[in-house]
Amino acid sequence: MNTRTSSSFSFRSPALRLVSRVAAAVLGGYALASAVAVFLAAVLPAAPAEAALGGMQFSFAVYAVAVIWAFAPVSLPRAWAGLLLPAVVLAGLGLMLRGAGGGA
Amino acid sequence: MSTKKTKATSQGGFRQAQAWLHTWCGLWFSWLLFAVFLTGTLAVFDEPITHWMTPEHHAEEAAAAAKKGEPTADRAQRLAWGMAYMAEHHPGAAMWELWPSDAQGGGELKVYWFDANRQYAGASLDPATGRPIKEDVGHATRATLGGHHFVDFHYELHAGTVGLWIVGIAAMAMLVALVSGVITHKRIFKDFFTFRPKKGQRSWLDAHNVTAVLALPYHAMITYTGLVTLMFMYMPWGPQVAYKAHGGTDTFFAEAFPGGVRTQIKASGTKAALAPLAPMVAQATAHWDGAPVGRIVVHQPNDANAVVSLTRAEGRHLSYDQPTMQFNGTTGALIGTFGDVPKAAAETRGVLYGLHIGRFADPLLRALFFLSGLAGCLMVATGLLLWAVKERQKYAKTLKQGGRIGFGLRLVDGLNLGAIAGLPVAMAAFFWANRLLPVDVASRNDVEIRWFFIVWGAAAVLGLLRPTLRMWQAQLALGALLFALLPVLNALTGPAPLTTSLRAGPSAVAGFDLVAIALGLGLAGATWLVERKRRKAVAAPKKAVKPPPPAELAASAAAGQGS
Repeated sequence: MNTRTSSSFSFRSPALRLVSRVAAAVLGGYALASAVAVFLAAVLPAAPAEAALGGMQFSFAVYAVAVIWAFAPVSLPRAWAGLLLPAVVLAGLGLMLRGAGGGA
Repeated sequence: MSTKKTKATSQGGFRQAQAWLHTWCGLWFSWLLFAVFLTGTLAVFDEPITHWMTPEHHAEEAAAAAKKGEPTADRAQRLAWGMAYMAEHHPGAAMWELWPSDAQGGGELKVYWFDANRQYAGASLDPATGRPIKEDVGHATRATLGGHHFVDFHYELHAGTVGLWIVGIAAMAMLVALVSGVITHKRIFKDFFTFRPKKGQRSWLDAHNVTAVLALPYHAMITYTGLVTLMFMYMPWGPQVAYKAHGGTDTFFAEAFPGGVRTQIKASGTKAALAPLAPMVAQATAHWDGAPVGRIVVHQPNDANAVVSLTRAEGRHLSYDQPTMQFNGTTGALIGTFGDVPKAAAETRGVLYGLHIGRFADPLLRALFFLSGLAGCLMVATGLLLWAVKERQKYAKTLKQGGRIGFGLRLVDGLNLGAIAGLPVAMAAFFWANRLLPVDVASRNDVEIRWFFIVWGAAAVLGLLRPTLRMWQAQLALGALLFALLPVLNALTGPAPLTTSLRAGPSAVAGFDLVAIALGLGLAGATWLVERKRRKAVAAPKKAVKPPPPAELAASAAAGQGS
């Protein structure tokens, strides 16, 4: 049992919970960052290429903040949901507004 | 669990979690990040390094510098020669790209084209005669990747796409470690002015803080801009979704960077003579208030659909992107101007890209990039050592009773040694291999890089086998010797020893030799620090936790100031 981890996070089965949290941060964070890039590409008030470029450049900051947030003291279900739900919503909106033939 | 979580949801809990994230994110990626930072720092000077590594050119470089006042051909003549070469040798190419001169009208005359497989190919022409320069006239030039070895390694580890992704993930970890590190150190700026000698691990922490905070804007800038440099690979989803129903990513690139080489112009199949370029160049230069044309791209030359793109010469502009003008290739009529009024997002990317490669910078600013990069290396290295020092304290009692340290700490000790002390040895070995290998060795540039990896691997294995202070000393001292003796090697194997190069050039070679001596002295200083530490450890073996000598603090701090 890894005492260091459990003292930091009060995990009961630290290994699995830690793997889950790291996965939430890495995969959920990347999903959210990608979704923000897709969403901004659709909604930024600029030419499409400009909007897409802006979204890409901003996405790395989103990723960093997402990882930081995933390692804040929030419960695991909240960490996953807090990253994936907005990701699904933003990516869906981006797809609807521009991806599937909509938009200018 | 939820009740425990609620209790933990406080400022302290958040900061504690960030400290954990900072520690582990930092630890797992720092060996790689140290290598990326150090090679990236050398990449700032990739051109001087390449000059040093091709001594065959030193004589002609010195001669060229001597007759700098003598006029080579003017811009118009250079362009005419370039076009004549392309028309003679590559009339069927889909794209011609000409770089007639640098912004001052001198420098090299280079031409590129797409070959039959739509791959980039290029040639250099003599700016005095217009004839192609054959690399093997008179004497063989050694094949070497030169300073580009460090450029390539620092973003792809010589491992292609896999390497690009590994470095990208490490860069993202670096960004997270920077943010979580700032959150962890709530008194970050107060700590910056605080030194607590004789407080054990605090000394390493203070050194870590100083090197981190001192160049924090640089660290954040270089990490974020590094990610942006390769964002089309790391984060392609925006354009992929947005352009899915609007022409695909080719359309995106054409719209985002109009007038670029990527612009796809289809050939009509009808032959047509190319309009003269001189009026187009004159029109563009007038449009840019006299700024010269740096690059001329001809899409589908000699076809009725030909398009000519002129791009302004690189000057002291922050942004990597330069404005472009496009002309109809057969009529010579202006099609459009691009980039005169920068578009926000494209210009931001251009500036971020430009910041990362720092090509706009004069030598002084480049030196500052170099020193900030070294501060980044020290930040990463002190962070790694801090972890090991902290962890070792847990074994204080066990060690006192004659026990052994745990496997994890031993592993970290070994990797620290190979990564921090071993890499400079490997880099120096790369330079030694460049000068000592026979000039005609088969696939010589690969062999040089193989020596870099062989020496690094050997240092890492030795470090893992014997992670002792003696081994630290041995590797640091070897690195110090190899770097400090590079000017001697240069004097023995090249035509421009320091005594000559300082007086008559090439200045790149003189600069390389001087920096090599400085790095050698820095590594020698580190060797000396380890010796003091080792003597203390031998003198006071009973003391479980020994305060590090104050001189070490002073030296770490001095090193952090960018010595």
